Amino acid sequence: MNEIGLMHILVISTSLFFIGVYGFLTRRNMISMLMSVELILNAVNLNFVAFNKFLYPGQLSGLFFIIFNIAIAAAEAAVAIAIIINLYRNHRSIDINDATTMKF
Amino acid sequence: MSASTVIFYILAAVIIGGGMLAVTERKIFRSAVYLLFSLVGIAGLYFYLNYEFLGAVQIVVYVGGIVVLIIFSIFLTVESGSDMKNPNFIRALFSVLAAVFATSLVLWILKAHTFVASTTEALEPSTRNIGRQMLSTGEHGYILPFEVVSILLLAAMIGCIVIAMKLKPKA
Repeated sequence: MNEIGLMHILVISTSLFFIGVYGFLTRRNMISMLMSVELILNAVNLNFVAFNKFLYPGQLSGLFFIIFNIAIAAAEAAVAIAIIINLYRNHRSIDINDATTMKF
Repeated sequence: MSASTVIFYILAAVIIGGGMLAVTERKIFRSAVYLLFSLVGIAGLYFYLNYEFLGAVQIVVYVGGIVVLIIFSIFLTVESGSDMKNPNFIRALFSVLAAVFATSLVLWILKAHTFVASTTEALEPSTRNIGRQMLSTGEHGYILPFEVVSILLLAAMIGCIVIAMKLKPKA
């Protein structure tokens, strides 16, 4: 267990992923849920780095995946926050249980 | 234990601890700050694995961009000092069970699986190599996704402005 290898990083990313899932399931506040999603995305990025570094060092594919992932995550966070702010303006609340206008 | 191992375990503790506090803390502003710690720890792990460019991108985009955006939106919407509601006990119990069960399942599969490393010569993830490959039109070039992402960012920017714009009632 002395040399840091693939398994160590996979264990970290697995734990981080399911911490994010736990947060996503328990939190009812939209901003907190967005934060949990960011944790999940980061866990996935960590996986890409680990596989690129330890299994396929001859290519940079994992690294490019992460760069594009980060760009898309930034776009996603910006759109989500715009929606949350607009929702707050209309409902005075960002609790997920209060956003029932479009519920069938 | 060598110094590098100690650094790795410190980074792991920062990442996992920050993540756990971020999803359990009841004050939302503190939760955002713990998220910041977790993201900085991940950037540190990228530096640790010699992916310096990626670590820099992580700090610039996540720490400098997304977390600041989240904190701004916290200030704009909820009262940042007040506690959030405690999660429903049944829901929290089943979420913990699901997370623990899934984590152990994944770890069990990982333990049983043997990964086969490719034996090709290592390509150094230097900024020079990244830049050449990113803008190359040949094989292993990423110019098309690069352009597509730039269009996506433009679309997201316009979309955000349109969504968050306050319409003035016509006089």
